[in-house]
Amino acid sequence: MTAIAAILKPSRDDRPILIAALFIVAILVAGTVYTWHRFGSAPLLSPNYLLQQLQIGAFLGIVAAGTMLVILISQIDLSIPWTLTAAAMMATSVGGPWAIPVGLLIGLIVGVLNGLGVAYLRVPSMIFTLGVNAVMRGLMVAHTGGFAPQTGATEFMRTIAAGRILGIPNALFVWIAVSLAVAVMLQRTVLGRAIYAIGNKEAAAYLAGVNTKGVTVICFALCGLTAGLAGVLLAGYSQKAYQGMGDAYLLPAIAAVVIGGTNILGGRGRYLGTLVGVILIVLLNSVLSIMEMPEAGRQVIYGAVIILMLLVYGRGERVTS
Amino acid sequence: MSDIAIRVRQNFAFLTAVALFFVVYLLYQLVHPKGFSSAVLVQNSDEVFTLALVAMAQTVPVLAAGLDLSVGALMTMVGCFASYLLTGAPEGTPLALDLAGFRIGLGTLPGGGTGILFGALICLAIGAGCGLLNGAIVVYGRIQPIIATLATGAIFIGVALFLRPQPGGKINEDLNWALTNSLGDFASTVHIFNDGAAPWFAPFAGIPTSFVILVLILLLVWLPFSRTVTGRTIYAIGSAEGAAYMSGLDVKRARVAAFALGGFFAACGGLFLAIQTSSGNADIPQAGAYTLNSIAAVVIGGTSLLGGSGGVLGSVFGAMILRVISFFFRVFDIAPLLQPLFEGVILLAAVSIGAARVLRVKNTLELFR
Repeated sequence: MTAIAAILKPSRDDRPILIAALFIVAILVAGTVYTWHRFGSAPLLSPNYLLQQLQIGAFLGIVAAGTMLVILISQIDLSIPWTLTAAAMMATSVGGPWAIPVGLLIGLIVGVLNGLGVAYLRVPSMIFTLGVNAVMRGLMVAHTGGFAPQTGATEFMRTIAAGRILGIPNALFVWIAVSLAVAVMLQRTVLGRAIYAIGNKEAAAYLAGVNTKGVTVICFALCGLTAGLAGVLLAGYSQKAYQGMGDAYLLPAIAAVVIGGTNILGGRGRYLGTLVGVILIVLLNSVLSIMEMPEAGRQVIYGAVIILMLLVYGRGERVTS
Repeated sequence: MSDIAIRVRQNFAFLTAVALFFVVYLLYQLVHPKGFSSAVLVQNSDEVFTLALVAMAQTVPVLAAGLDLSVGALMTMVGCFASYLLTGAPEGTPLALDLAGFRIGLGTLPGGGTGILFGALICLAIGAGCGLLNGAIVVYGRIQPIIATLATGAIFIGVALFLRPQPGGKINEDLNWALTNSLGDFASTVHIFNDGAAPWFAPFAGIPTSFVILVLILLLVWLPFSRTVTGRTIYAIGSAEGAAYMSGLDVKRARVAAFALGGFFAACGGLFLAIQTSSGNADIPQAGAYTLNSIAAVVIGGTSLLGGSGGVLGSVFGAMILRVISFFFRVFDIAPLLQPLFEGVILLAAVSIGAARVLRVKNTLELFR
């Protein structure tokens, strides 16, 4: 009964998730009608195709999980593109059994650096992470000499990114593991409560005894770690690291988090929403590519969908005093 | 404390940026083999102009505690429009748009100088209109600026790609020559002041035209605007939106105006970039780089990202500092591979030094705003 009640009269945090989920169904229906009409088949409904899309979506999903933590404390991390790329490049150039630990460590170090700058120097995260992104880009350009790196991903990286167990892509398992960890952390731990508290009002959280600096550093560190993980996986999936591999992940990740109902000013939003947001963006992309939509049309539709979704449920409150 | 001391303290970040710019630029001119010549000035001014305008475009919404992530995209889109409208084709040439095989006739443009002026005005109107759209979505849709402009930025880039799937188009050569050189060349191209040979004109002939345009935009657009009630309201919103509302200021109108003016500045930048490169190019990485650099320029120029303090002039200096840093790489012959690293380190160092105030704060609660 409570489940039905929740659907009929969703709470403030659940409404966006419900609407986004309905929109996913709408995308699937519209896409299927299109393919049925044009090719006489329905690839969007085949489990294999959906699993393949989710495998590609796993990379975005992992990045979005970290991004969400940072957005929840009303910060933003613009260093994701080159953190991801740096992790991928260093992992492939180290190679061997240390490839994955090194990649993750790079992400973690960059994240901690971001966190220290934002928490202790109180530089606005928008500008500090932008600077860190430029530094990482500079380091990688100097490292590779400006050429495409010649090193390849290790066998293990390929297995966890592109391999399958029982027909289910391994990358999906990684995404699920990250999702469970983040969801449990946000809902069931003191750290999770502290993250929401800081996002709502940092001064109040500080006065209530929350170690705001520590939590901020942890959030950025985890965000860097997820970016590093995504970089390692992406390198494994495409068998190599390449310049600009992270560029396509920053804005979609932020969009996925926001479409999922997380307030861009922090303090509100559920992890389930981010999950739904990622799936929505991945499916939208795949339907648009089935329709052979040119890049121009994709960008316009992409922007319009974000605005429409937010007009439906993401509106802020009126300032009246 | 005397009046001057208070003013210096209030504008400390801005004054630091100005001083820093003059120091690094003087150094650059001293080490440059052809330093202090008109040719170097012209080249530098042309390279700074677009970023300066995009940084100005970013500043106005930032003053109202918003952020415009669409400035680079808007600049790119206006540039693509310009590559159709500023060809300087003779009168009666049909203007048409190729959209995936469909050819849409849009009538004809007046030819010659009138046509170019008309085309430029259309481009600026498109920019201001798109800025207005941003403002309307933020104010009436009540969506956070950062995410609303992220979305409209995607739309603008999409339109730019429709217009120019491949880089191309053409800009009238005389227009390119007149605006990207010195005032003397400008005068001889448009045939004023005895083709630029008038004796009284000689002292001014070496000044870069683009620099003069920049100053004119500052004096004729920003200065009057910032003195109006709407202009002051933008600052008030950034300081305390609730207080501004309760004081009876038209908060909504000011915020829409901030985005519209930002769109206008971005359009000026896009127009110049198209004229400078003689083409329209829907370059997505370039658009992103301009957006991010504009934020950096705003911060370096002493405008608070929280809004309410700073100004457009500071951002112009911020943009100039960013550009001069890259000029240095040419003069000192530093390996181009290290250039991005240096840029990043300098940006980080600049904002970290600016963070020294954290050490002086006595009450930790003052840090949370």
